[in-house]
Amino acid sequence: MKTLVWVEHDNQSVKDATLSTVTAAAKLGDVHLLVAGKGVSGVAEAAAKIEGVGKVHVADDAAYEHFLAENVAPLIVQLMGDHDAVLFPATTTGKNVAPRVAAALDVMQISDILSVEGADTFTRPIYAGNAIATVQTSDKKLVLTVRGTAFDKAATTGGSGTVEAVAAAGDTGLSTFAGAEIAASERPELTSAKIIVSGGRALGSSEQFHALIDPLADKLGAAVGASRAAVDAGYAPNDYQVGQTGKIVAPMVYVAVGISGAIQHLAGMKDSKTIVAINKDEDAPIFQVADIGLVGDLFTLVPELTEKL
Amino acid sequence: MKVLVPVKRVLDYNVKPRVKADGTGVDLANVKMSMNPFDEIAIEEAVRLKEKGAATEIVVVTIGVAKAETDVLLTARAMGADRGILIQTDETVEPLAVAKLLAKVAEEEQPGLIILGKQAIDDDSNQTGQMLAALLGWAQGTFASKVEIAGDRVHVTREIDGGLETVDLKLPAIVTTDLRLNEPRYATLPNIMKAKTKPVAKKTVADYGVDITPRLTTLKVVEPAKRQAGIKVGSVDELVEKLKGMGVA
Ligand SMILES: Cc1cc2nc3c(=O)[nH]c(=O)nc-3n(C[C@H](O)[C@H](O)[C@H](O)COP(=O)(O)OP(=O)(O)OC[C@H]3O[C@@H](n4cnc5c(N)ncnc54)[C@H](O)[C@@H]3O)c2cc1C
Repeated sequence: MKTLVWVEHDNQSVKDATLSTVTAAAKLGDVHLLVAGKGVSGVAEAAAKIEGVGKVHVADDAAYEHFLAENVAPLIVQLMGDHDAVLFPATTTGKNVAPRVAAALDVMQISDILSVEGADTFTRPIYAGNAIATVQTSDKKLVLTVRGTAFDKAATTGGSGTVEAVAAAGDTGLSTFAGAEIAASERPELTSAKIIVSGGRALGSSEQFHALIDPLADKLGAAVGASRAAVDAGYAPNDYQVGQTGKIVAPMVYVAVGISGAIQHLAGMKDSKTIVAINKDEDAPIFQVADIGLVGDLFTLVPELTEKL
Repeated sequence: MKVLVPVKRVLDYNVKPRVKADGTGVDLANVKMSMNPFDEIAIEEAVRLKEKGAATEIVVVTIGVAKAETDVLLTARAMGADRGILIQTDETVEPLAVAKLLAKVAEEEQPGLIILGKQAIDDDSNQTGQMLAALLGWAQGTFASKVEIAGDRVHVTREIDGGLETVDLKLPAIVTTDLRLNEPRYATLPNIMKAKTKPVAKKTVADYGVDITPRLTTLKVVEPAKRQAGIKVGSVDELVEKLKGMGVA
């Protein structure tokens, strides 16, 4: 089988989410990559070095700079004439583009795959991960999104893919990029961090969230996450949200501070290797999944922990 | 401008899903079913557009069992939708088939904007809106946290992995809602009573001539691996010890 993997990047460097998707694709067959963007020769070169990569298709055009689905989907549909499967990381870009490609190909997409059971069979989470379904497709081509935490990352070295330019499919003119607010952070990226400290509604305000969670995260070299309640209340930005409808993470250590453990939150972090929970309610559901629990007031416990580490 | 809002009846988000013992799926017998929470946000947004004068009529459509009429179409009309369409079927309808049916509805209704939830909390697919946009050849603003109509364009602020992004879309367009777009109003009892007089058109899949044969077969559904019960530590010092033991601190 010939697979095509969407390379997640920011026109500068390859994002980690690409690597687990490559691993999933390699279970199906030959791995080709697509780098679509603007000024992406550096990205393409780096992508060609990913272990196991055969060919890197590069579409370098202003129409792809912001990965607008309206422009990118026709390009992929065109490349699918010569590929049997296309795989996207289940990032916001992948989730935005993949279904547009699937519908154009008349294929029923399989979202968020957790494993490859065969050439047409995959597992995927449903109901916020409270159930795992094994599904088999009868479609001739595959359109898949891949859950990053479910597959190992392919090595970024060792590959010797050939880079090949593909003609741009043009700008559909349906949509234009108008701007972005991307928070610059020194901290590790949430989805690839080894340690995450997340804060919940109990933090009470944006000031207290940052005054308590940030120093602890800094001490641990951790990324910062949040529950939906904390994001809705404006204590933390939207890209911090962990959960069913936010980011899916599985770090070595996840520290949940003042988070009750609603199923929608657990859906995003329960595959973490070790879960630490700090909560004043000893019956909080988070303790049912926590490996190490500490019961008490976070406003005294967190500063003490930060100091003693 | 007419706004079309497709909605889905799903297991209520407060109910813990239980996997059936025979591994065929999740048990939906005698449990509370409600409108998908993201779809409530979609209805709310449409109603606000109408209140602002940017929308003239709100049509809500659902595809599913007969009960969807009372479980979701009524709620949607009570929240402010003007009329409903029920495409009744007992079959499983996958996102691709849903998108095909909705494309037919859109051809008939000619809306200027279609607002959908970004995902349904049962199958968590996150596909229908994007698929519908592809089938209609329209622009798509997914995972929206802000929607502003400006003449024949719509500005959509999107929640993306790195933060927020704003796109400018040509109308007609598709918008899919994220959690922070708005806080949906409740369907109050008086409004539910009033909503009963708002019309609902009953249709079948055959009326639209769409083949909804599923492409996927679910071979089995199981519970995820359970986590081992952990321990509780009595003090911060003990927690520090544990973390050090793991090589974290
Ligand atoms: C469609 C939908 C999608 C959703 N998606 C997500 C998602 O992706 N991610 C997500 O997180 N949620 C999601 N939710 C929301 C989810 O249901 C919960 O409402 C949310 O996770 C609760 O956040 P929380 O734990 O911070 O707040 P709460 O549930 O209010 O918990 C606060 C906790 O803090 C503890 N506490 C209070 N004060 C202190 C103190 N001084 N010291 C220590 N502990 C204290 C309390 O005991 C409590 O356990 C979703 C909901 C819906 C309907």
